[in-house]
Amino acid sequence: MAAPTSLPGPGSGPAGARPAARWIAFFQAMLGISIFFLSWFLLVDVFAVWRFAQLPKLSVSLREMFSPDPTFGVSVFTKEYYDHLQASAGRVVFAFLIAVSAGVVIGILSGWNRWFRAVCQPLLELARPIPVLAWIPLVILVMPSRESAVIALTFLAAFFITILNTMLGVRSIDEVYFRAAQSLGFSRWAILRHVVIPGALPFIFVGLQIAMAACWFSLVASEIVSGTAGLGYKVWEAYYYVQFETMVIMILTLGICGYISSAIIRRLGAYLMRWRGKTLGGVA
Amino acid sequence: MDARTNARSPGAGSGEIVVSHASVGMFDRGGKSLQLVEDCSFLAERGLFTVLVGPSGCGKTTLMNLIAGYIGADAGTVRLDGVDVKGPGWDRLMVFQETALFPWMTTLENVAYGPMVRGIKTMPEIRAEAGALLERFGLGEFKNRYPRELSGGMQRRGELARALINDPLVLLMDEPFRGLDAMTRQLMQEYLTRLFEETRTTTIFVTSEIDEAIFLADRLVVLSRAPARVAAVIEVDLPRPRRFEQLSSPRYAELKEQALNLLYAEAAAAFEETGAGADIKEAFERRHVAD
Repeated sequence: MAAPTSLPGPGSGPAGARPAARWIAFFQAMLGISIFFLSWFLLVDVFAVWRFAQLPKLSVSLREMFSPDPTFGVSVFTKEYYDHLQASAGRVVFAFLIAVSAGVVIGILSGWNRWFRAVCQPLLELARPIPVLAWIPLVILVMPSRESAVIALTFLAAFFITILNTMLGVRSIDEVYFRAAQSLGFSRWAILRHVVIPGALPFIFVGLQIAMAACWFSLVASEIVSGTAGLGYKVWEAYYYVQFETMVIMILTLGICGYISSAIIRRLGAYLMRWRGKTLGGVA
Repeated sequence: MDARTNARSPGAGSGEIVVSHASVGMFDRGGKSLQLVEDCSFLAERGLFTVLVGPSGCGKTTLMNLIAGYIGADAGTVRLDGVDVKGPGWDRLMVFQETALFPWMTTLENVAYGPMVRGIKTMPEIRAEAGALLERFGLGEFKNRYPRELSGGMQRRGELARALINDPLVLLMDEPFRGLDAMTRQLMQEYLTRLFEETRTTTIFVTSEIDEAIFLADRLVVLSRAPARVAAVIEVDLPRPRRFEQLSSPRYAELKEQALNLLYAEAAAAFEETGAGADIKEAFERRHVAD
């Protein structure tokens, strides 16, 4: 039982790793990304291999993206770019926050209360596998505006995922923690606050990451069908008007948005779950 | 409650558990009713260390859950100081098989939460008391660590502290040293013995290790094969304070032989009935042939 002389401090793991290890991780990430862009460059720009010749060139797309005076009117220096970005990001944040607040509450109730679970779970299992794309016509019918339809569809994608993961999270908590809490005299509120929520947090955060990805996915789908602005809307519009470089700009922006939103969730999760000493995986 | 809270003098703050004619059954997955504990009666006397031993799967844990109030008896009663046990309570605190320290709380928070949620003291008082208790348990430097950062032995001591800060009348320990390596286990046995000899809190301890049982116990309750009944009660009259040297005394050997014979008889009978416990029977026979 010799006491370990040096224990890993709180927040060890990638977040608090040695600087050298962080640099190595950074270069590894850059290596993967570089390979992708290099392949693009070689296949399209340099050799124009077969069907790849149809795609917009990397060099032209990047020049367009960072040009103060873009050919098709959209680059990181134009207001239109930020209008679309803001429209999409706003919808995702709004829909995601509502979906998570409602989903976590329902998930905890159905994880904790047997009766509630018996009522909810079959319905959930039925609704969850239906792709968001299938909901689009129904949602457009019921929602009063195109904007609200897009938000509702983005919400739906995250909602079911959050409920299910939260419920699984509560169910995953070992019975001994509930027993210990009962013996120590925890009230139901204290059990919720100090056992159920922290115990379910690892699953909840895995769910949030999946939900965030699903949000971006269904956002783009619904913007294409019913949007009047936004990154997804612009991807489709640019395709329509044969502005392929603009399309690439929007797609790259979607990737970056998805990455950043996911990284924020990971960071928040790692902070709230310092006691686990390992992060949810991923770079940032 | 006031009478209890400051009672750390030997035996004064401890309670007495009487299990009388308790039976617990359950339904297995096939819907067949299964008797786990049957007409089981024993007494855990105030200020004594009572150890329950029995063949594996005989219902020891069920019996502990019954005393802790996590499950109810189908028949019979469990009484603490003459009052029926109706549910879990901090007057009977359990130290679980594997650690049940909340992994999301630091050691100090784990220890402090019991008194805190009951609101019987102010937060600074509780923190000071928890800190002092952890210091005494050799965990002073680890009070702001999370359980995963502690070794197995430290976790068990942390759990003991979490129970003892509440001044329970009875300490329930369900194979608390399972999963520890042999060296740590022995240290923990010694530690627990010293702690008990200091506090004399009534303790009920479940184990399947006969050496551990005799070393710790004032009274050994040998349980039958499932469903659990009391097969015999052995008074362990080894003097306290206990020392490991006593394990080589003739009296110790006698007690061990007595207990092992009882356990063997139960294991053999269980084997005759159901084919269960073959491992114990075989091991016992091998041992005695070697002798």
